[in-house]
Amino acid sequence: MPARDRTGAALAGAFVVFVAAGFFLPSWAVSLVILSLARGIVALGLVVQFRSGLVSFGQALFFAIGGYAVGLAGLKLRLTDMIVLTVIGVAAATLLGAGLGFLMRRYREIFFAMLSLGFSMLFYGLLVKTETLGSTDGFNVPTPTIFGARLSALATRTLLYDLTVAAAAGAALGIHWYLGTILGRLDTALRDNEVRVEYLGYAPGRVIHVQYVLGAALAGGAGALTAMAVGHIDPSMAYWTTSGELVFVTILSGTGSVLAPFLGSLVFGLLQTYALQYAPSVWQMILGVALLAIILRLPGGLWSALERNRARA
Amino acid sequence: MATLAFIVADGVIYASWLFIVAVGMTLVYGVMRILNVAHGSLYALGAYTAATMVGVWFQRGYAPLGSFALLLVAALLVGVVMGLILELGLLQFLHGRDEVVVVLATYATFLILEDVIQLIWGVEARPAPQPYSLLGTTSVGPLLLNNYDLALIALALLVGGVGWWALTRTIAGKLLLAVIFDREMAEACGINVRRVFLVTFLIGSVLGALGGASTAPMISVSRGLGVDVIVLAFAVVVIGGLGSIPGALLGAAVIGLSRAAAVHLLPQAEVFAIYLIMTLVLIVRPYGLLGHERLRKV
Repeated sequence: MPARDRTGAALAGAFVVFVAAGFFLPSWAVSLVILSLARGIVALGLVVQFRSGLVSFGQALFFAIGGYAVGLAGLKLRLTDMIVLTVIGVAAATLLGAGLGFLMRRYREIFFAMLSLGFSMLFYGLLVKTETLGSTDGFNVPTPTIFGARLSALATRTLLYDLTVAAAAGAALGIHWYLGTILGRLDTALRDNEVRVEYLGYAPGRVIHVQYVLGAALAGGAGALTAMAVGHIDPSMAYWTTSGELVFVTILSGTGSVLAPFLGSLVFGLLQTYALQYAPSVWQMILGVALLAIILRLPGGLWSALERNRARA
Repeated sequence: MATLAFIVADGVIYASWLFIVAVGMTLVYGVMRILNVAHGSLYALGAYTAATMVGVWFQRGYAPLGSFALLLVAALLVGVVMGLILELGLLQFLHGRDEVVVVLATYATFLILEDVIQLIWGVEARPAPQPYSLLGTTSVGPLLLNNYDLALIALALLVGGVGWWALTRTIAGKLLLAVIFDREMAEACGINVRRVFLVTFLIGSVLGALGGASTAPMISVSRGLGVDVIVLAFAVVVIGGLGSIPGALLGAAVIGLSRAAAVHLLPQAEVFAIYLIMTLVLIVRPYGLLGHERLRKV
C-alpha cells in the first residue's frame, strides 16, 4: 500500500516553524534562509524538468531576469514594494520563458542543456557590455518597502524573510498539486519513453513547454527575492557557474518530493557558510566531492536517503 | 582594408587557439558521448605546468629554444597523467549512464580540480613570456605579426592534419570511426571499446593540456583560467556539430573570425556575438553545421 501523502501537512508545519523562527534567528541566519529558500524555489523548477530527464544548464537566465527586472523597476519606475517587485520578476521571466519555450520544447537531452546554456550566456554577454547597467559591476537595488511603508532595516528584513517563506511554501504547494495532475504525471513517462507518450495521444512538446514556463516563473521570482535580499545585482547572476550551482542543488536534493529542493538548498547554504569560513580554499572541492558522491552512491539525492531511513524505521 | 587585414589575422590566430582547445573535447564526445566540462581544467593544468616549467628552464639558463619542446612535454605530462586518473578513476564507472548525468560528474571534477590547481599554484599569476618573444616578428603589409602566433596557426594545422590522417588512413583511426558511428555494432565486431575509450580520452586530454600549454607564454596564467575556456569550447563544438572534428575546425573559424570582427568593429558585442552565433546554430541546425542527426529509438 502506498504511504499516505503527508506533503501538505509537512508544508504547513514547516511554514509555521519557519515564520516563528524568523523572530529568533540572528540576522546572518535570516539572510542564509532567504537566499537558500530562493535557490530552493529555482531548484523546484529544475526538479520538474529533471523528472522528464531534462536538465537546463541555463536556469540562471531567468534567475538574472528576475533580479534585473527588480533592479530596473526600482531604478526607472521607482517601484520599491517588495510584493509588486516579486510579481514583476515572475512576470518578466514567465513572458520570456513562454516565448523561448516554443524553441526549447523541440530539444532534448544534451541539446536542451546546450540551448538553455546558449540563451543564458547571450543574456550574460548583453549585460557585461551594457554600461548603463553597470557592466560587470552591476548596480544596487533600492531597499524594498511594503504597502507604501518604509520600515526599519530589521523589520524590512523580517518581512522579506516572511515573504520568501510564503513564496517557497506557495510554490511547493502549487508544484505538488501540478505533479498530481495528468500533465504533471506525464513527465516521468516522458523520461522513460517519449515515443510511447505520443502513441497515447499526448503532445510531449506541450508538456515540456509548460514545465519550462513553470521553471522560468519560479526562477524569476527567486531572482527577484534574491536581488532584494542582497541589495545588489551583477551579470554573474546569469553566468554558467550560477546555473551549475542551481543544477548542483537539484541533484543534491533529488526529485522525491517538492520539499526536497528546499532541504537540499538549506544544506547547500549551511555547507557554503561553514566551508567559506573554515576552509575557503577547498570549498569547491567539497562541492565537487559531494556531487560525485551523490551521482555515484545516491542517485535519488538526499531525499532518497531520508526515505530509506524512514522505510527502515 | 587595413581593418579587414587585422580582423582576418586576429581571427585566424584566435581560431587556431580555439581549434586546439576544442578538438579534444569534440573527439571525446564523438567517441565516448562525454561532454567533458573538466576539459577546461586540463587546459588550466596544462597552462600552469607549462608556465612553471618554462620559468625554471629560463632561470637555470638552458637553451631558450628548448622551451618550445618544454611546452609539448608539459602538455603530454598533464594530459597522460590526468587522463589516466580521470578515465580509470571515475569515468569508466559512468559508462552507460545518462549523458547529462555524466556532464554533471565532469562538472564535479572541474570543481575539484579548480581548488587543486589553486592549492598547488596559489593565487598569484604565473607569467612565462619568454617563448613568445623568442621567434621575432614578421611584417605582412600593414600587419606586424608575432611569429609565435604564426607557429600557433601551424600547430593547429598540424593537429588537424595529423588527426585527419590518423582517422582516415590508419587502422586505429578506422576502429575509432567505427565506434563513433555505432558503439554496439563495433563492440559486436570485436573492437575493444574500453581500450578505444581510454586511448581517445588520453588524446583528448593531451590536446586540452596542449591548448593551455601553448597559451601560457601569451598570457599571464592566473586563477579562473578554465572557467571561460569551457563555455568557449562548448560554443565551438556545438556550432561545428558535437563529435565532428571537421566541425570543430569550422566552429573555431566561425567564432574566431566573428569575435575578431566584433572586437574591431563593435567592441560592445564581443561576448554577445559568440553566443548569438552558438544559439542561432542550435536553433537552425541543432546537430551543428557538420553534425549528423541521431535517429529516435522506440
